[in-house]
Amino acid sequence: MGNAALRLSEHDNVAVAIDDIEPGSTVELGELTVRAVERVPLGHKIAILPISCGAKIVKLGVPIGSATADIEVGQHVHMHNVQSDYLNNEEYHWE
Amino acid sequence: MNAPNPLDTMRASGYLRADGRKGIRNYVVVAYLVECAHHVARTIASKYEPQAVQLIGFPGCYLSDYADSMMQSLCTHPNVGAVLLVSLGCEEFKRSALAEVISSSGRPVDVLVIQEQGGTRSTIEKGFTIVDDLRAEVEKGGRTPFTAADLMIGTECGGSDGTSALTANPAIGLAFDGICAAGGTAMFEETCELFGCEAHMTDRAVTPELAQAIDAAMAKAHQYHTDLGYSSFGGGNITGGLTTIEEKSLGAYAKSGSAPIVGMLKPAVRPSGPGLYLMDTVNDGGLRFGIPNINDNATVIEMVASGCHMVLFSTGRGSVVGSAIAPIVKICANPRTFRNLSEDMDVDAGKVLEQRATLDDVALEILETVRRTAEGVPTKSEGLGHQEFILTYKTFEPLGPGCLPI
Repeated sequence: MGNAALRLSEHDNVAVAIDDIEPGSTVELGELTVRAVERVPLGHKIAILPISCGAKIVKLGVPIGSATADIEVGQHVHMHNVQSDYLNNEEYHWE
Repeated sequence: MNAPNPLDTMRASGYLRADGRKGIRNYVVVAYLVECAHHVARTIASKYEPQAVQLIGFPGCYLSDYADSMMQSLCTHPNVGAVLLVSLGCEEFKRSALAEVISSSGRPVDVLVIQEQGGTRSTIEKGFTIVDDLRAEVEKGGRTPFTAADLMIGTECGGSDGTSALTANPAIGLAFDGICAAGGTAMFEETCELFGCEAHMTDRAVTPELAQAIDAAMAKAHQYHTDLGYSSFGGGNITGGLTTIEEKSLGAYAKSGSAPIVGMLKPAVRPSGPGLYLMDTVNDGGLRFGIPNINDNATVIEMVASGCHMVLFSTGRGSVVGSAIAPIVKICANPRTFRNLSEDMDVDAGKVLEQRATLDDVALEILETVRRTAEGVPTKSEGLGHQEFILTYKTFEPLGPGCLPI
């Protein structure tokens, strides 16, 4: 499936999954072809450019946080490798 | 949108109140003035269909200017035709002042004090008689043409996920543009869920003074949540793919559309004219009563208190709530959630992700649903009997200068 994710702005370094993306599958985003290295569920973000630790995560052309680790193309971008530039919740409670 | 705006030709039949305001529902409200009177009030209200009688109340025993102003605004809401207040008797709530405000608005009002009525059973029996009379009164009220210019609509998101920003929220934004273009009034809120959007919002403000007021409200929200130690972001948002409060905020902000921001409100303050407003929902005066909005209904009811006839509610994870006094229109962002919870959802915005519709198509569907709801057709949550309500302790200073330039 070529369009399992959307790049919402040309400035973005992540795309948003509009279907579950399985490891090893490829996503085509204009000129970019991204191979998922891990599972990225619907609504979650996949790295479409290499992102260095400390760099901004950009979605819709706007920074939505900073990388807390180097992120490779095709990786899941979420709580484990991003922190808020505003407020981080100290603890998370969810099932 | 290229299609004609369904609101341009809306000719609903509104309920004309003695104070000149126009409603889309004709409720008798039963209101408890302390938690100790909740059971009695609920028992009275439960005898009737929720389409006729709605239950609201304030649980606290001690004085609150915020609760006073919220209860006054809700009891004189355009969708409300008459009110029964149920008091225990020894709580501090100023029931006579509230009854006076309701009466001055031309609405019939009655007060039952449990400690003066001989107890629970006696008060309930008396309550039935009073509500029967109040229902007969509101049925006699006049009707009046209700057009887009009379309409006031709020928006809220609950249970957001990674699809909210892609489908439901931008579709609501387009619908908001349609409401403003038709001469209506719209409001969005939750300054604590708009971090990162400050500069864009101030650019949309119609005057520099309003821009300054918005900046100050956002700085207050940031300080408040820094002191609180956490943000308005959590569990279901994370499972749904949202990573930070600013990512959630960016999606939430899309609901506001692209119209100029003509003013900033606080809860229970009414807009001064048509157009788009931002509501500041964070306490003034520092961290006093904890989390400003403890759940979605806490902010929904603040917009209702400012006069909203209905609220457009975006959900990704799948909220099922309604609201007392104002219908909730549920717009579902996630196509899987819609299939799972279709009995609770009014509009399927997730079909955009499956290329079965465009955002413009969904916006048109939202405006058609708004029109039908204004014409009296129950929304899904109304039909299911939802009438969630919550009112907590908060504190607000009066609006500062520059907030309402028109």
